[in-house]
Amino acid sequence: MQEGLFAQVNLPKVYRRRRLTNNFMLGLTGIALFLAIVPLIWIIVYVLIKGGHYINLDFFIHLPRPMGTQGGGVLHAIEGSFIMVIIASIFAIPPALLAAFYLVTYPNTLLSDTVRFSTDLLAGVPSIVIGLFGYAVIVVPQKHYSALAGGVVLALIMLPVVIRSAEEMLKLVPSELREGALALGAPEWKTALKVMLPAAAEGVLTGIMLSVARAAGETAPLLFTALGNDNFEIGRFIHYGIASHQSVINIIGQILSQPADALPLTLWKYAQQPYPERVKQAWAVALVLMLFVLTLNITARVWLAKRKSRIRR
Amino acid sequence: MQNTLPIKMEIQELSVFYKSFRALNKVTMPVYEHKVTAIIGPSGCGKSTLLRSLNRMTDLVPGALIEGKVLLDGEDIYDPKKDVVDVRRRVGMVFQHPNPFPMSIYDNVAFGPRLYGLKKRAFLDELVEKSLRSAALWDEVKDKLHQSGMALSGGQQQRLCIARAIAIEPEVILMDEPASALDPVATLRIEELIFQLKERFSIVIVTHNMQQAARVSDYTTFLLMNEERAGELIEFNVTTTLFTRPKDKRTEDYITGRFG
Repeated sequence: MQEGLFAQVNLPKVYRRRRLTNNFMLGLTGIALFLAIVPLIWIIVYVLIKGGHYINLDFFIHLPRPMGTQGGGVLHAIEGSFIMVIIASIFAIPPALLAAFYLVTYPNTLLSDTVRFSTDLLAGVPSIVIGLFGYAVIVVPQKHYSALAGGVVLALIMLPVVIRSAEEMLKLVPSELREGALALGAPEWKTALKVMLPAAAEGVLTGIMLSVARAAGETAPLLFTALGNDNFEIGRFIHYGIASHQSVINIIGQILSQPADALPLTLWKYAQQPYPERVKQAWAVALVLMLFVLTLNITARVWLAKRKSRIRR
Repeated sequence: MQNTLPIKMEIQELSVFYKSFRALNKVTMPVYEHKVTAIIGPSGCGKSTLLRSLNRMTDLVPGALIEGKVLLDGEDIYDPKKDVVDVRRRVGMVFQHPNPFPMSIYDNVAFGPRLYGLKKRAFLDELVEKSLRSAALWDEVKDKLHQSGMALSGGQQQRLCIARAIAIEPEVILMDEPASALDPVATLRIEELIFQLKERFSIVIVTHNMQQAARVSDYTTFLLMNEERAGELIEFNVTTTLFTRPKDKRTEDYITGRFG
């Protein structure tokens, strides 16, 4: 028999109940984990099976053929996605990084609180509303849909993601690093550019990659802005531009002012076509898009994990 | 005796406020040229605030306010006409945690000189070597100048930061507990280094470690917070005198370990 403090309880019984509770809860969390992972794996496997056999070189280098015919590819969507993501990056990343520096340097001013609040609000605006905004502000005045308008609305989607992730990463940089540079007499901007940014570079890049993945997967905002364009082909504009001796800016301007297609937009359109060939292509587009976004996400997160384990002292 | 020594910096009736809170109350003390001045006192007594006010790092704290004067060679560094960059070029700083920049050892040391327009490669090569030698780090890093400064050991990183600070040839070096994050061997090397550096610079060092203050400094200031939690100067004297024959009862209590 037990003596002293534990004389009045049956310790083996307490231990057994604890063990049972522990195993039960562990089982529950295991089931929850399974439920969380299954949909993801299901989606990946399903899309792989449905779209995998349609992927070949032609799919990447040809424009779409007319509906009801065989073959053709989605070059227009790949190039359109590429162009619009680049436009979005150019518009979103520089101001987002500047804003992040401001938020880290002056964390508690009225302006920084306002910026943080409105950034969070912007991140919460439904993407189709952002698309409508682009339609009203760019498409209507210009009187035509364009890759430029598509890029700008994607920039609005990237902006809050980059600002908040860059802020988080810059916050991880020890304040003594900034003070060290300022103590040498360095101006604030040089400290930001030469010391803070390199110290947080991997983390900031990770945030940018995540935002690109987000922008590349958006459909709704492009419906009102880029519209879609089966004949979008950069090569053609470049050939024509060179042949007619146009300036580089002119050629770029022509490309940007075309309506453009994008992978998610193409997927959305193809999936509702009555032609089996188009539906098969839609699955293949889904696969390409998914692999692109997945690769960006995984690379970014692996980088981030490495970064976080290293930056703190 | 000490009145005949050349004075590098003179702190006169210096008070520092953070918003309405008075962190430092009317501190007056000299910093003698080519001497090591230690600032000791319990946590929160304003040691770091005093140190940081000597090269205007207090400017970085929103709401910080200065009263009184800090003279550098007779000129008030808080004079509105005084350029803060010039103050920081002449009064360098070494921090508690080694803070090498995310760049090569060479670029770390050349960072300061480049800020002031010194860009000629051959000149910089020489300056980097000289600074690293002065910081007793050259022999350990001469073969890997272009590797990251962050890959060095803690003690080496701190000596790199000292090399970086002295590369712009400041007149005064402020050290904020420079060895508190280091192991005993690395600490000893930093202390030896301080002993060599005082031939060329005037040094002010904040330390938690009284033995360290006794070992490295020529003069010691003892700070203590008053009832309103503002740091006040209790005693300033030659280090050996302060540690062996303190004038103030509170100094005696502190150095004999009765509090703090």
